[in-house]
Amino acid sequence: MGWIGEQIDSIKSIQFRQLVTQAISLGMIVTSALIIWKALMCVTGSESPVVVVLSGSMEPGFKRGDILFLHMSKDPIRAGEIVVFNVDGREIPIVHRVIKVHERQDTGEVNVLTKGDNNFGDDRLLYAHGQLWLQRHHIMGRAVGFLPYVGWVTIIMTEKPIIKYILIGALGLLVITSKD
Amino acid sequence: MHSFGYRANALLTLAITILAFMCGIASLSDNFNSPAPTAQVQVLNINWFQKKPDGDDEISLTLNISADLQSLFTWNTKQVFVFLAAEYETPKNALNQISLWDGIIPSKEHAKFLIHTTNKYRFVDQGSNLRGKDFNLTLHWHVMPKTGKMSANKLVMTGYRLPETYR
Repeated sequence: MGWIGEQIDSIKSIQFRQLVTQAISLGMIVTSALIIWKALMCVTGSESPVVVVLSGSMEPGFKRGDILFLHMSKDPIRAGEIVVFNVDGREIPIVHRVIKVHERQDTGEVNVLTKGDNNFGDDRLLYAHGQLWLQRHHIMGRAVGFLPYVGWVTIIMTEKPIIKYILIGALGLLVITSKD
Repeated sequence: MHSFGYRANALLTLAITILAFMCGIASLSDNFNSPAPTAQVQVLNINWFQKKPDGDDEISLTLNISADLQSLFTWNTKQVFVFLAAEYETPKNALNQISLWDGIIPSKEHAKFLIHTTNKYRFVDQGSNLRGKDFNLTLHWHVMPKTGKMSANKLVMTGYRLPETYR
């Protein structure tokens, strides 16, 4: 009987070890993703280093589902640059091009006007009520790099949450059932 | 070891790695292109020049813009965004940049053009400094790649002096 008990114990201990290993490897994946994201934040100086284009206002340059890499440096903002900005009272940041810049002589404070390449008029209608210009603090970063289509993954997942749950479930199942 | 899952995983990883590598190479290959665009701009006419009720100067211009931007296009170029900006300094502002005209060039065939236009966006100063003001006309271009790094450059052209009086 002692022999059987030993066997059961060893099986139990194996399963426990396997469980711990799987939990650790899952933790490694999650934490390394977090490390990469935070490292990108440090390198680019932008609070969200990668954004997904959600609207067609910059077509044909940027289409819905494209990914933009942002960079926020101390360099002054100039006309023609594509900036990502937040407007007070709006949750989703906007990616548009700068068409006018007025930079103060004494303080260096800038007044910026933006426009979407595919829009007819400038962005004053999108700004907060009565706001004529964007200031430095509205701007989250400028677009420096471009990758097409990849952002569709996140768009699909936010618009069809079921797919997200299926994907998470399938991945979880894979992690639990996989051996080695 | 040789289950369907493992093989699918290996194939997917390889495919994504190769795709990422090719995107990187395509973006890097843009560095070998050394463009030499040319452009000319003429201010043909001042349509009107006035002080708005709120005290800011506004002017309307007619422009002739000709440019040859064909050398900007490479196989990784999706489009070139080109715009003409008036740039000047005032006692209050160290830099004023006002886009007067812009356009999207979708392909190399359209990169050589001549356009006769009035200013597309309003040329309004912050204040009343435009009488007798010298400004630079600068042609800027932003190259949008099919994938990878965006690049931009400019060509500063002859300046223009605005008249001393409203008209």
